[in-house]
Amino acid sequence: MTALTHILSKAKLLVTDNEHAHSHVEAKPYSNPYYVGVGLGLVLLAAFVIMGRGLGASGAVSSVVTVGVNAVAPEHAQSNEYYSAYIGDSSVSPLKDWLVFEVLGVIFGGFLSGMLAGRVKSGVEKGPRVKTRTRFLFAFIGGTLMGFGAKLARGCTSGQALTGGALLGLGSWAFMLAVFAGGYALAYFMRRQWT
Amino acid sequence: MNAPFYKFDLFGFDVSLIIAFVIGIGFGFALERGGFGSARILAAQFYFTNMRVLKVMFTAIVTAMIGVFYLSYIGYLDLSLIYISDTYIIPQVVGGFILGMGFIIGGYCPGTSFVAFSTGKKDAIVFILGVTFGVFIFAELYPFIEDFYYSTNMGRVTLPDFFGLSYGMVVFLVILMALGAFAAAEWGERVMAKKGESK
Repeated sequence: MTALTHILSKAKLLVTDNEHAHSHVEAKPYSNPYYVGVGLGLVLLAAFVIMGRGLGASGAVSSVVTVGVNAVAPEHAQSNEYYSAYIGDSSVSPLKDWLVFEVLGVIFGGFLSGMLAGRVKSGVEKGPRVKTRTRFLFAFIGGTLMGFGAKLARGCTSGQALTGGALLGLGSWAFMLAVFAGGYALAYFMRRQWT
Repeated sequence: MNAPFYKFDLFGFDVSLIIAFVIGIGFGFALERGGFGSARILAAQFYFTNMRVLKVMFTAIVTAMIGVFYLSYIGYLDLSLIYISDTYIIPQVVGGFILGMGFIIGGYCPGTSFVAFSTGKKDAIVFILGVTFGVFIFAELYPFIEDFYYSTNMGRVTLPDFFGLSYGMVVFLVILMALGAFAAAEWGERVMAKKGESK
C-alpha cells in the first residue's frame, strides 16, 4: 500500500514537473479575427485565381467513404449512383482528388499553426458541466448530422458558405442563413454542453 | 484573361494536387489562428459570447469577393471559368439547417474538425467518425432521396441575377451588410461580457 502511494506521489511529481516544464511555452492567444479573415480570404482568392475553384472539406470525406465501401462491397458500390460517380471509370483512385490533398494540407497547416503558438495539446473540448462520454456521444451525433446535411446541401461551411458566399451564389447564401438558423434553433438545448 | 491558371492549362492535374496541399496548409493555418480548432469557441458563436466565427467568415468572404470582383473587372480573371455550384434551393436550405444543428451538437464543421484533430482534440476524432458515418448514410439512402436532391434546380444563379442588380452593387451591399454585422457583433460581445460580470 505504501509502495503504491509512493509510486502515485512520484507520478504526481512527474506530472507537475511536466506541467512546469511546459509552462514556459504557454499557449498564445488567438489572432485578431479580422486579420485572420483577410488571410483566409486571400487563401480562398488564391484558389480561385490559380485553380478556378474554391475550398472544401466534406468532399474529401465522400472520397474516403467511397474507397472504403468499394473495398468491402465493390458490387454494391458500383451499383449505387452516388459512389459510382466518385469511382468514375476506376482509372484513377477517388483518393487522387483535389479535395483529399487540400484536406491533408489543412491538417498539416492547422498542426503547424498550433505548434508555433503552443496550442497543440491533447484534450477534449467541452464545457465544465458535461462528462467526456456525453461530449463524445454528442460529437458523433453532431458529426453524423453534419455529414448528411453537407451532402444534401452539396457542400459544407467551406465549400458552400465560404466559397459560394464569396462568389455570391444564391444557394450558398440561402444555405449560410439556414446553417445559422439551425445552430441558433438548438443552441438553448445544447447549452449544458458548452457553458 | 490569364486566370484561373489551371483552366488556361498552365499546369496539369498532378501539379494541381501539390497546389491543393499548399492551399490547404494556408487554409488550415488560418483556421487554427482564428481559434477554429476549439469547439468551445465555435459554439460560443451561438451564445453571442464570442463572435469570432462571424467575424472571420464574413471578413474572408468580403476579402475574396472584392478580389474576385476586381480581378474580373480589370479582365484578369475569367469569372465564367470559376466553378459555382448550381442552386437547388430547397435541398440546400434543408441541408444547411441539418448541418447547423450538427454544428451546435457536435461543435465543429468538417474543415474545423480536421484542424481540431491536428491540434490534439479527441472529440474532433469522434466528430470526424460521425461525419464519415453521416456521409455513408447519405450515400446508402441516395437512391431514395435522389429526386429530392435534384429538386428545385435554379441553375447557376447568383445574387445579382436573382435580385436584378449589378455585380458591383451587390458587392457594395454585401460590404455594408458585413460592416453592420461586425458592429453588431462587437456590441453583442460587450453586452454579454457585462452580463457575465454581473452574474
